[in-house]
Amino acid sequence: MAIDRAQVRHVAHLARLSLSAAEEEKFAIQLSQVLGYIEKLNAVDVTGIEPLAFAGDQDPSQAKAALRDDRALPGLPREEALSGAPQRDAQAFLVPRIIE
Amino acid sequence: MDPSSLSLGALSDALARGETSASSALDASLSRIRAHDGEVKAFLRLDEAGARKAALGADERRSRKAPLSPLDGVPVGLKDIFCQRGIETTCGSKILSGWKAPYSATVVERLERAGAVLVGKLNMDEFAMGSSTENSAFGTTHNPWDLTRTPGGSSGGSAAAVAARLVPGTLGTDTGGSIRQPASLVGCVGMKPTYGRVSRFGVIAFASSLDQVGPFAQDVRGCAMLLSAISGRDERDQTSSARAVPDFTSSCARDVRGLRIGVPQEFFGEGLDPEVEKAVRATMARFESLGCTMKPISLPTAPHAIATYYIVATAEASSNLARYDGVRFGHRTKDVGSLVEMYGKTRDEGFGAEVKRRIMLGTYALSAGYYDAYYIRAQKVRALIQRDFLRAFAEVDAVISPTSPTAAFKLGEKLDDPLAMYLNDIYTVPANLAGLPGLSAPAGFTSSGLPIGYQLVGRPWDEETLFALAAAHERTTDFHTRAPALGKA
Repeated sequence: MAIDRAQVRHVAHLARLSLSAAEEEKFAIQLSQVLGYIEKLNAVDVTGIEPLAFAGDQDPSQAKAALRDDRALPGLPREEALSGAPQRDAQAFLVPRIIE
Repeated sequence: MDPSSLSLGALSDALARGETSASSALDASLSRIRAHDGEVKAFLRLDEAGARKAALGADERRSRKAPLSPLDGVPVGLKDIFCQRGIETTCGSKILSGWKAPYSATVVERLERAGAVLVGKLNMDEFAMGSSTENSAFGTTHNPWDLTRTPGGSSGGSAAAVAARLVPGTLGTDTGGSIRQPASLVGCVGMKPTYGRVSRFGVIAFASSLDQVGPFAQDVRGCAMLLSAISGRDERDQTSSARAVPDFTSSCARDVRGLRIGVPQEFFGEGLDPEVEKAVRATMARFESLGCTMKPISLPTAPHAIATYYIVATAEASSNLARYDGVRFGHRTKDVGSLVEMYGKTRDEGFGAEVKRRIMLGTYALSAGYYDAYYIRAQKVRALIQRDFLRAFAEVDAVISPTSPTAAFKLGEKLDDPLAMYLNDIYTVPANLAGLPGLSAPAGFTSSGLPIGYQLVGRPWDEETLFALAAAHERTTDFHTRAPALGKA
């Protein structure tokens, strides 16, 4: 299935990617190729098959053993949590104003 | 003795016998890195001060005959996907350039507790997306056997560092083959354990239903020792299993006579290089001489694994990578404007082409109107792929195949052809989709001297059979002892 530049722009907006015009053009071609390959999946008979979201432990007793007590543990101290922020003040992350 | 000439297993033995020290092993590693990493470019950065301190601690414990584990004093390198407290961690991306992790991954803590000497961080494809390490924002890594070729990826730095004898062991991650394919292309051993065997806490996420951590070493026993150290339940990763962790090192000595190995016809067809096929068939003959039986099997849905993977993995990635928005860590655009503009420009500037391509594909597959057609259908095919394997394991104890359809390809060859690059993972992706353990080990060399690897895939939680088989095979060959000829030290 081919996707065009307008669709690329729509998906890029959903993904919060400000693509350049050159990127939009290139991705329209490359994503169409990859989606063309993925169409192969339409040939597989999946009647009555339940979707598999992840291949975790199949043993129910193991799944139960994976539960832990619900207790509070110390989190990252504020100063460390803020240490990698591009813009911050003494106590918070700073972002551009959203309400005028 | 030159400790850098020893495999991880042999170095551990030499340390235990007092024939060398952790400080000498570290010196040997650092001098190999200074001599050869200028051309291999496996390491992104070293932590010499931290490593020196850890080595001194290991020597002190060894002198008291109180080592923390067989890994006490062994130099180990880390893929730059693992958070290490106070150390820059980039995941191969410009968007995290300069970011220092405020905490350590569980696997990093476990290696430290085992006494391993953490030498530095290794190059990788950006966010582990790629099969050649060319998608790193910090330059490509070169295959030590032929510097014009790729070491594979995404854990290309981890593989190349072991092959070039820079360090005896490393950790990587494997979402669709990112440990096994580079291990194959550089001629070392790499293991992706069962999904849930190893905690991913502090491992930067790509596709959470597929990502798994695993080791690289020159020898099978070295891989087993590393996996023993990092495995087991971690309360901070809900998918990590509480199952008991076997002693993988002792599995390497197990008898393999009578084991049945399945040969999937789908993995020996079109696209497989004849030299690779020949080496893997010779490996099968060696397994027969060890008393194993080969049994033809069929994995009928496996040829659909790549298409399935590129829906499932990209969908998960598009969600996992939403966190890189220029607010809490990493890069933020200078051209800020409104909040939404800031997100878009930050992400466009910070991500490379392949990461953007996959975010786009995943976002598309999850978007309104396409979710059922792509994402749900892919998950159903995924269920069939897992069913194929579980049926096969009623009759066989492991499945053998090539790891990669070709030996190492030239740098640049597939860089602008995403589909050709994706097809490189055709034999490795099924194990990730099915959650199964997989191992790649040397099967020989091409006529031009490039390494070839074979892959074994096992039952869930049965890494032991894979280690037993690969170790028995390794004892019949000398492939793992051959080292690439790098420039003079």
